[in-house]
Amino acid sequence: MQPVIVENIIKTYRAKKIVVDALKGISFSVEKGEIFGIIGPDGAGKTSLFRILTTLLLADSGNASVDGFDVVKDYIQIRNRVGYMPGKFSLYQDLSVQENLEFFATIFNTTIEKNYDLIKEIYQQIEPFKDRKAGQLSGGMKQKLALSCALIHKPSVLFLDEPTTGVDAVSRKEFWEMLHRLKMQGITILVSTPYMDEASLCDRVALIQKGEILSVNTPKGITAKFGKPLWAVRANEMFHLMNSIKDDPAVESCYPFGQFHHVVFKTEGKSKEKLEQIAQKGNYTQLEIHSIQPNIEDCFMALMKE
Amino acid sequence: MQKEKVITAKELTKRFGAFTAVDKITFDVEKGEIFGFLGANGAGKTTAMRMLCGLSLPTSGEATVAGFDVFKQNELIKKNIGYMSQKFSLYEDLTIRENIRFYAGIYGLSDERIKEKTNLLLKQLHLQGQEKTLVRALPLGWKQKLAFSIAIVHDPAIVFLDEPTGGVDPITRREFWSLIYEASERGITIFVTTHYMDEAEYCNRVSIMVDGRIDALDSPANLMKDYSAKSMDGVFLQLARKAVRTE
Repeated sequence: MQPVIVENIIKTYRAKKIVVDALKGISFSVEKGEIFGIIGPDGAGKTSLFRILTTLLLADSGNASVDGFDVVKDYIQIRNRVGYMPGKFSLYQDLSVQENLEFFATIFNTTIEKNYDLIKEIYQQIEPFKDRKAGQLSGGMKQKLALSCALIHKPSVLFLDEPTTGVDAVSRKEFWEMLHRLKMQGITILVSTPYMDEASLCDRVALIQKGEILSVNTPKGITAKFGKPLWAVRANEMFHLMNSIKDDPAVESCYPFGQFHHVVFKTEGKSKEKLEQIAQKGNYTQLEIHSIQPNIEDCFMALMKE
Repeated sequence: MQKEKVITAKELTKRFGAFTAVDKITFDVEKGEIFGFLGANGAGKTTAMRMLCGLSLPTSGEATVAGFDVFKQNELIKKNIGYMSQKFSLYEDLTIRENIRFYAGIYGLSDERIKEKTNLLLKQLHLQGQEKTLVRALPLGWKQKLAFSIAIVHDPAIVFLDEPTGGVDPITRREFWSLIYEASERGITIFVTTHYMDEAEYCNRVSIMVDGRIDALDSPANLMKDYSAKSMDGVFLQLARKAVRTE
């Protein structure tokens, strides 16, 4: 049995004259013990989807199940067996670190001692501050406490809504290392993120944009489907170079990626020569051109335009 | 010829009690430069930025922004800079036109100039015909582009951008950077923080704060060479790992 099954979920919000189609018929399923990434920008529908799956929000139509239980009929069973870390810090700010953890253990009819093994590695990092009020913790420590609280009842499926948003590169890396160790304990993890580079850390991902899934696959599977040769170009004047490349009718797309621009042609053939011509015409110097493999962000942008 | 300096900071320091949030930072930013201001959470970026924007008085050191002293002329600094962050940008329940009019008015532009600027801005952003749309109804990416254009509506010497592209889709993120490049070409200096390391590579120079200090400052290409890293991500990880203090 797949721990998460989503079938044609639709959710629309209405406020006076404004209508927002948050989810436009989403379907996918997650395998047991998988780290499944929901990857997309703000407004893609990630939070609505997580709220529906954790039984906090009703979909307009469609079906979904978690651990074999229906998200509408069996919501009580689901609430007992999932862990949920919302994007916004939602613990009790005026309770201490330890009180928060005890509170969540108690409402799930368990104790900290019983499941300490599962949270040990994460909780130990904030244990020196166990008497501090949660509201006075730093962002990184809040995140660790929230994860500990989401795990204290040993959930079978863990939902993490944008756990790394606004977090610096080092802390993000550490957080993903924690997730991989949790996966080893057999927990299925659904994690959403706006950072495309985190896709490669998931077993499979769903790319999502404006309430629609663009693609579901392994990270490798997604990049393998890019389909067109991709070129990386750089020269002395990067901003002007981008405009020169974009102005050429043979060019399908040109996007900056760090020190290089990534270029796709409408039809492939003598692309390198073409780029050299463009550079020559614009008198660019220090030209560098090479053929590269697409990354998830290249694919996401190509899919967005389809 | 030496280029005009828009920011000069010398041993700029901010202490909160026994805690030194910003520890003697010294650096200059040139006119028209795109300057990336990086650091892990808690490294002191926000405190440093607040001092440079005239919002927080330094404990010691010296600094000028747009030619004004951060100790004595902080009100003049506020008038001569632009500021935008992901959290604070526009009024959701005002229309696009009302937001432009509001901010331009606050910055003291004349009615005539406001009219001119409004038309120019709507044209640049391809928002003609949508003047009466409530900002609330705009997608996040559009809001951020509009917020940036409004942050520079008074043609400031420098604009401070605090994680302007967080959560924005990858295409809009790049459109946003095009606006940054255009502003820089017009001579507006850009001071930007970001968690996206590919964006750090778009900057002319980048500084990286660790534990309140600036531990590295150079062009992305030189930093990558110095730290034998293939990307700014590699440089950042090496430096930020040295941090002793947590947030």
